[in-house]
Amino acid sequence: MALHEIERLIEAYEKGETNLREEEVLKRYFSKEDVAAHLKMYQPMFQYYSENRAEQFTRKLPLTTPFRYKWLSVAAVLAIAFGIYTTKRPMGCQEDIVGTFCKPEEALKEVSQTLMVISNLFNKGTATVNYLEPLNEGTAMLNYLNEIEKSTAIIFKTNP
Amino acid sequence: MTPNEFLELIAPFKDRVYRLAKRLLRSTEEAEDATQEVLLKLWTHKRKIKDYKNVAAFSMTMTKNFCYDKLKSKQAQHLKIADTDYEEKNMPLQRQIELNDSINWVERIIAELPEQQRIIIQLRDVEGYDFKAIAQLLELNPTAVRVALSRARKKIRIRLTEIHNYGIT
Repeated sequence: MALHEIERLIEAYEKGETNLREEEVLKRYFSKEDVAAHLKMYQPMFQYYSENRAEQFTRKLPLTTPFRYKWLSVAAVLAIAFGIYTTKRPMGCQEDIVGTFCKPEEALKEVSQTLMVISNLFNKGTATVNYLEPLNEGTAMLNYLNEIEKSTAIIFKTNP
Repeated sequence: MTPNEFLELIAPFKDRVYRLAKRLLRSTEEAEDATQEVLLKLWTHKRKIKDYKNVAAFSMTMTKNFCYDKLKSKQAQHLKIADTDYEEKNMPLQRQIELNDSINWVERIIAELPEQQRIIIQLRDVEGYDFKAIAQLLELNPTAVRVALSRARKKIRIRLTEIHNYGIT
């Protein structure tokens, strides 16, 4: 490329009138060692531009997928359901706990025996309650007092 | 969308996003934070990605807005950006050695430009965007972009000439 052509491009360059292709020509010219002495001061500028283009962003980006709360609730429900399932139904039968029977027949026998004892004691209780009968008789006698009241009412004419 | 698919999707433009953020924020650390922020925002809205016609352009706009907000909040807090501290006096030796590297100078010169000119230089001279794309991203008309670009290029040339002549004489 002729020197006068470079000079012309430099002039247009400063006015902002060069196109990208012409600017590429300038960059190429100034990337070489043999640059005309009166244009030497442009050399670091064009070299810098070419060099700067190579600068890279090297930091690693912490890319994480946002946490899905939707699935967390599903997991929670499953965990609770499993928990209830395992606690409500114990795995084996433990006879050593008081009042626990593994066979239904045994349980029935024990329950009917216990109920028998309770009913026996219950009957004892009602037998003593029978003594209350004379009391009832007494109150029946007291009813005669009502008659007296009636007659006194007639005498004093409190009840017309 | 799996993380791998997402990484594949952003691969063509994630570096561009980072470079734009760095040009605006003038700090590697902050640019990395901003890029991560923008890309993760994209990741959380990954289901909507299909609706965007141009994910790359959308990400660049997002980055620009994010960095503008960042810069604005910084100005509001009267915080000084450590990386813009390009004073020439009392610089440690390490810094002076760096300055001998003229390519580093270019970065410093661009860092002194106003925000908008920095974006335009980045998009045009580094990334090779056409005026229409830049105009869309900045919500300007293409002529305004051209004028701002010309101003920025002129400023860079003047500063470069100064430094170049200083080196010779």
